[in-house]
Amino acid sequence: MRVNILLFAHYRELAGTDAVALELPDGATAADAVARLRAAGATLARIPAAPALAVNEAYAPLETALADGDEVALLPPVAGG
Amino acid sequence: MSVHSWLTDRPLEAADVLARVGGHEDGAVALFLGTVRRSNAGREVAGMRYDAYLPMAERVLAAIAAEALERLGEGSVAAAHRVGEVQLGGASVAIAAASPHREEAFAACRYVIEEIKVRLPVWKLERYTDGTQAWLGGAPPPAPEPAEAAS
Repeated sequence: MRVNILLFAHYRELAGTDAVALELPDGATAADAVARLRAAGATLARIPAAPALAVNEAYAPLETALADGDEVALLPPVAGG
Repeated sequence: MSVHSWLTDRPLEAADVLARVGGHEDGAVALFLGTVRRSNAGREVAGMRYDAYLPMAERVLAAIAAEALERLGEGSVAAAHRVGEVQLGGASVAIAAASPHREEAFAACRYVIEEIKVRLPVWKLERYTDGTQAWLGGAPPPAPEPAEAAS
């Protein structure tokens, strides 16, 4: 399956891009997606291993099972207000 | 009873939220503005840039405002948050709540700003007068709610 990873703020700078498409095996979780991304480069490895994340625009735990076409956003600590 | 929420890349004024709350049943209108201040952690700030995960931020802000209205019971709530560049002194967030009574109006404003601080997927890049900039640390986003059957 193919999922789209979205990156924001500090994580976006580490990745050098705001979105990455990942091909993952069926049954992969959000944690698997994060691990795959972090393994792709030295600066990407500086993204925390267990970041806060959202799947399809809602906060979700790392163990969330992903489906083809899911949008997984890695969320640095929020700083609104 | 009414609730309004939005994110905007245009300058935000108190009147924008005040215009969307209040009626003849209300005896109190409370207003909260968050503004960009000159000094943070000992560094001189020139301005701020707010980035958002826009579709999710719109959902989360709408949920926060609706929760505030639910707590209010009667009245109205309006909440707006900036994205993009905000100059020194400019408003980054504006919240208004109207209620028959002042306690509830104050409490609703406070609820919205405190929830924004921990839940709204927005980040700020602080720009300093020496030309450097930094992403502010912020609050770790909350543990996810258990998934709802309807989701």
